[in-house]
Amino acid sequence: MYSPSIPDWLNAEHETGTTIMAVEFDGGVVIGADSRTTTGSYIANRVTDKLTKVTDKIYCCRSGSAADTQAIADIVNYHLNFYKMDFGEEPEVKVAANVFRELCYQNRDSVSAGILVAGWDKVNGGQVYTVPLGGMLTRMPFATGGSGSTYVYGYVDTHYKEHMSKDECLQFISRGVALAMSRDGSSGGVIRMACITKEGVERFVLTGKDIPKVFDAY
Amino acid sequence: MSSIGTGYDLSASQFSPDGRVFQVEYALKAVENSGTAIGIQGKDGVVFGVEKLVTSKLYEAGANKRIFNIDRHIGMAVAGLLADARSIVETSRDEASNYRSNYGSPIPLRHLVDRVAMYVHAHTLYSSVRPFGVSAILGSYDQQDGPQMYLIDPSGVSWGYYGCATGKARQAAKTEIEKLKMKDMPIVDLVKEVAKIIYIVHDEVKDKNFELELSWVGEMTGGKHEFVPKNVYAEAEKFAKEALEESDDSDEEDL
Repeated sequence: MYSPSIPDWLNAEHETGTTIMAVEFDGGVVIGADSRTTTGSYIANRVTDKLTKVTDKIYCCRSGSAADTQAIADIVNYHLNFYKMDFGEEPEVKVAANVFRELCYQNRDSVSAGILVAGWDKVNGGQVYTVPLGGMLTRMPFATGGSGSTYVYGYVDTHYKEHMSKDECLQFISRGVALAMSRDGSSGGVIRMACITKEGVERFVLTGKDIPKVFDAY
Repeated sequence: MSSIGTGYDLSASQFSPDGRVFQVEYALKAVENSGTAIGIQGKDGVVFGVEKLVTSKLYEAGANKRIFNIDRHIGMAVAGLLADARSIVETSRDEASNYRSNYGSPIPLRHLVDRVAMYVHAHTLYSSVRPFGVSAILGSYDQQDGPQMYLIDPSGVSWGYYGCATGKARQAAKTEIEKLKMKDMPIVDLVKEVAKIIYIVHDEVKDKNFELELSWVGEMTGGKHEFVPKNVYAEAEKFAKEALEESDDSDEEDL
């Protein structure tokens, strides 16, 4: 119904119209995301944290509906805590990814969620899994997601190398997210990154001048 | 009311004054009447052997097997009441299948055993149920944990084993198993020893006919639990019979 006094974004859903990335390296994973949450064209939050913890060493990168993905991450967190109690050991990243997949697949008609699951376990080391819109599950050496990812396919395919170091991975991701943020209207704000290894999680935030420079002189 | 017994043996939910649960002990008796089942864990897998007693020549061969597949990578050999065992097999399969659909990977044996043992134990707690007259040996192989083997009792306790035996001739079988250095042996060699032990402990006088069941799971089966192939079975059976004849000959010499 048309109502001239109320702007449409007031009723629109909060979306993390996002750029998210994750990459495996020997000994762990590096994950990254922008920080913009939008309601239509309105920026509802410019410092969002889309890197969400599900266990001590397993994180997810959320894209799609903010409400749906937060709820899914909470439910997975519940299941994995239960797993820890039941079996007395940390779940593998594969197990976490499967729980995400199950939820996304069974509710594929009602949720809008594109999630990257990444983390470290003692069996298979650092791993990245992607659970896109329909609830598929695949392991990948690196993965991207969200609206911004379409702008950086060329970048990631040319600049990804096997066996990158942790610092190379951080650079790979920060540059990718920066490029996507510059082109994608739904991505922006700061760059959040995290490195997950055997030792634990190290978090990074790039703001203002620390965000990698990309060409923007139009 | 009958006056046999102490009066504390009719229910699984009541202790006797000296702290025993007779129904569980009677369940153990049911296991002791059954043909022997053994399991041996080698360096690259687990081998099961069962002495399946055949009480009539009129039965078809190969019926009522006592070794089961629980999941691709898990096998179970049972001693005791076969009907009770089948019920445990169904529960175990459900548990393994649920783990697969919830977590997308095969269930580690120790987790399956914990859950099945809990289920068996629950049947020792209530007056409305009877304990399972079954003791089950479970074995598996996977890349991560290697070979693993456990035994679950009617009481619901479970232990990990390198070699175990249950049923009628379990004592004699254990003595034989203890002679082996199974930790260094591959399952291709163990399968012969297992067949031999089943033949040795079989009591020809009391139980005339029996069928030997042999199965294995290990690296060389690709992590799959399966009955041993025909040629391996034949070879193992031949080895067992020859070993038996040799010992019979030497017995005669002793006389």
